[in-house]
Amino acid sequence: MTSSALAEPQRHLEAQVRWRPLEIAFWLATLAPFVLAPGYLVLASQIAVTALFALSLDLILGYAGIVSLGHAAYFGFGSYTAGLVAKWGWGEPLSGLAIAGAAAGLLGYLTSVMIARFRHLALIMITLGLGLLLAEAANSASWLTGGADGLQGVRMWKLFGTFQFDLYGTTAYGYSLAGLFLLFLVARRLINSPFGLALRGIRENAVRMPAIGARSAAHIRKIYTIAAVMAGIAGALLAQTTETVSLETLSFQRSADVLVMLILGGAGRLYGGIVGAIIYMVARDQFSGINPQYWYFWIGTLLVVVVIFLPNGVLGGVARLVALRRGRA
Amino acid sequence: MIASAFGVVFDGFAYGMLLFLLSVGLSVTLGMMNFVNLAHCSFAMLGGYVTVTLTNAFGWPFLATLPLAFVSAALASVVLERVLYRRLYRATDLDQCLLTIGIVFVSVAVAAYIYGTIQQPVRLPSYLRGSVSIMGRGFGAYRLFLIGMSLAVTIVLIVALEYTRLGAQVRAAVDNQRMARGLGIDVDRVFAVTFALGSGLAGLGGALAIEIVGLDHAFAFTYLVYVLIVVAVGGLGSIGGSFVAASLLGVTDMAGKYYFPELGAFLIYLVMVTLLMWRPVGLFGRR
Amino acid sequence: MRKILAGFAGIAAAIVAVTPAVAQQTVKVGVILAYSGQFADPSAQMDNGIKLYMKQHGDTVAGRKIELIRKDTGGIAPDIAKRLAQELIVRDNVDMLAGFALTPNALAAGDVSAQAKKFMVNMNAATAIITTKSPYMVRTSFTVPQLNDTLGRWAYKSGTRKAYTMVSDFGPGHDGEAAFHKGFRDAGGEIIGAVRYPVATQDFAAFIQRAKDIDPEAIFIWTPGGPQPAAIGKALAERGIDPRKTRILGQGELTSEDALKSMGDAGLGIITAFHYDYSHDSAANKAFVKDYKETFGRNPDMFSAGAYDGMHVIYEALKKTGGTADAEALIAAAKGMRWESPRGPMAIDPETRDVIQTVYIRRVEKVGGELVNVEFDKVENVKDPFKAGMKN
Repeated sequence: MTSSALAEPQRHLEAQVRWRPLEIAFWLATLAPFVLAPGYLVLASQIAVTALFALSLDLILGYAGIVSLGHAAYFGFGSYTAGLVAKWGWGEPLSGLAIAGAAAGLLGYLTSVMIARFRHLALIMITLGLGLLLAEAANSASWLTGGADGLQGVRMWKLFGTFQFDLYGTTAYGYSLAGLFLLFLVARRLINSPFGLALRGIRENAVRMPAIGARSAAHIRKIYTIAAVMAGIAGALLAQTTETVSLETLSFQRSADVLVMLILGGAGRLYGGIVGAIIYMVARDQFSGINPQYWYFWIGTLLVVVVIFLPNGVLGGVARLVALRRGRA
Repeated sequence: MIASAFGVVFDGFAYGMLLFLLSVGLSVTLGMMNFVNLAHCSFAMLGGYVTVTLTNAFGWPFLATLPLAFVSAALASVVLERVLYRRLYRATDLDQCLLTIGIVFVSVAVAAYIYGTIQQPVRLPSYLRGSVSIMGRGFGAYRLFLIGMSLAVTIVLIVALEYTRLGAQVRAAVDNQRMARGLGIDVDRVFAVTFALGSGLAGLGGALAIEIVGLDHAFAFTYLVYVLIVVAVGGLGSIGGSFVAASLLGVTDMAGKYYFPELGAFLIYLVMVTLLMWRPVGLFGRR
Repeated sequence: MRKILAGFAGIAAAIVAVTPAVAQQTVKVGVILAYSGQFADPSAQMDNGIKLYMKQHGDTVAGRKIELIRKDTGGIAPDIAKRLAQELIVRDNVDMLAGFALTPNALAAGDVSAQAKKFMVNMNAATAIITTKSPYMVRTSFTVPQLNDTLGRWAYKSGTRKAYTMVSDFGPGHDGEAAFHKGFRDAGGEIIGAVRYPVATQDFAAFIQRAKDIDPEAIFIWTPGGPQPAAIGKALAERGIDPRKTRILGQGELTSEDALKSMGDAGLGIITAFHYDYSHDSAANKAFVKDYKETFGRNPDMFSAGAYDGMHVIYEALKKTGGTADAEALIAAAKGMRWESPRGPMAIDPETRDVIQTVYIRRVEKVGGELVNVEFDKVENVKDPFKAGMKN
């Protein structure tokens, strides 16, 4: 933190909250696919969903320092909740989304109570273990989840009574993008508040925080629950826009992928998850198109190159370049 | 009833020994330098493919390929350490994760490219097939061999750790890295040697694993989770911890499958979560 | 003769292609498979089957050129499969969808096929309900009940009275279990025990030991393939279970070519029910295997056969419709189609659009020093019993 921040914390926070022109440009650019790439709206919709999921992981990993290898549990839980609600007859998208978010949040809260006191490798492995247990349970409960075949019979009603989820993905992208943006605003507000500062303090030195009056455990539970709600909503968006849910949404693969995307983009920077998700998914789509069998190779190489040349992720590297240009340390 | 329980313990212990060989290297290097090497199982996979190639394409006898599996994995780790890992010793955990995951991706793709995606068969000599009768019970010959091999390796490791100079340096570096440097121990060199040995052991484990759990191009991913479980439950930097954790997990897994097949994979994850909640540093770990 | 016709067709197509309205002259087929990930090998075999058919019959049918656009799902990923299907239709303007190694992906794409009204050829995914997802879908592989219900009935008819079953604990495994139980019980048999093992099991020692402790007359084992058949064979050998004494029954994946190589002599005597084997003794198959081996350097398997026959359906349907790729016309042309496939006689059921074929009962024997599935019995014209049961 720079000395000016220390001297005038309120001014510093207010400066962070102001919208920078680059940010405004970014969000305007997300509207471009509607016009410039209408054939890619379905992909864009899934990128938006994944970006939201990565953002939710950033809240706990980048800001609170909780490394989770089981975050897909909330994504999948939200996905299945939304899918089941629709399957059982209530196909209204927004209320389904709210129900899914609440359910995932509840699961997140219960988990946070269990894990709040763990750190380091134990925390990573416990989150991994809990995620794997949930995935196994979903596989066993195939009468509920459809098991390996996935959930069938998910039919969504029209959004706001007018927009049908269609083949071209127009409604899907609009819906997902709106969800991403609104929850991004929430995250932005959260991060640039005293609560957000407290989280960063916990990340740096959890033991010392209570000494300055910040209740570590309570803060961790709060942010973990919020992250779970966001992940659940991302999962619900996927379920609603694709009208399918599979066990893969709960899998370790998905938890690992989102972690990779977040690190790639740069954790602890609000846009890291979003940027990482865009790069990873676009790269994957392109590499997959060129060479379906071996896209892994190119993605792996991309990751290695990024780490060597852009430590702290893409955004971290960009920030360093900008700082070098401006002559600051 | 007792006989079948004994059989379960035997089979489980053999499986545990395999996990031990695969995990011990990671436990020690993670404990020593805190370097998160998620590509550990890629070295195991390399060892496995070396054995497969030598036995199938060149007709080598199985046992003769094992030293080569060890050496090739160790050499590969030395190369990787010099070229890539060295740059990231001071980097964040997350960056180390990303680098090593990238390496896993690349290794999986290369394996698929060279060997295809099918299961690799391995030809065992006849004395390692079938079962051996001891005291009226049949014991899998290969599992006996696996247990014997792992115990031998364990003894060598413990002796080396206790009675050699390098072993003393390793113990010092794991205990307190900064102090060890302060005493003039070249921790980076010790780490490089330990890393090579650990990866070599993983390679050996990979070669031995083919007969029990099979080998395909995704091995580096599939076994990463199990290895991490062993390392976490056993405690970082501890050979004894890895041994106990691996045995425990192997036997639990086998017992679970025999007595409660519907629970299936649940049991291992449940045991891990419970153990870690009770002892977060692992069974033999230190703060 | 075929080659000459193909040559003429090729020249004609080339001439026609030069003329302005080129776009209308190609039929675009979107092929969705799991080219990367753990199902890469089956997908590669399916791709080979497609390539071989096109090599043998040329890439032009009824005056139109067939263009393939391949997409990778990376494994089980219904959301990706659905997106790829949508993109193929919306972006690439494909006329039909094909491929599908995996059930969840086929189900998801089925929705798209129904919504967008596109002909779809499911060349592998074997869960019974898949074809009900879209009225424009045909299947050219097999269904799990088709094989296992038949095996259950056959087992009783050939002398087994009590059986113990072990299946993989996920959808297709449950289907296999249900189908075998139904067939076996309907015929009069008794199931003395049923166990489901975790999907990712690599080490079968515990499960085989459990089976051995009950000392059953016959053990039915269902596995989706991959590394498991070899592991099962090893466990059988380790526990001292001889398939020639205790009847080991299964679906064909248990004794696939790769599985037999890894299992070795431990697999001798295992009886399986399947619809295709490269050793099937017919003129059509011998030619198919020879050409396949020369082109790709390995033997074809059921994935190759499913894809090969899938292309056959596409070609023949297009011939019947005179080149129109309209889904209604194509599905009408496909219904009731009958032909001699490398696997044997085959037909598309006009009611369910699913496959009707012969189920072969084979035993693993040593032929010329190699382990082969030798067909020794068969049940002909088997329809999918699951859907037949759905009507009642």
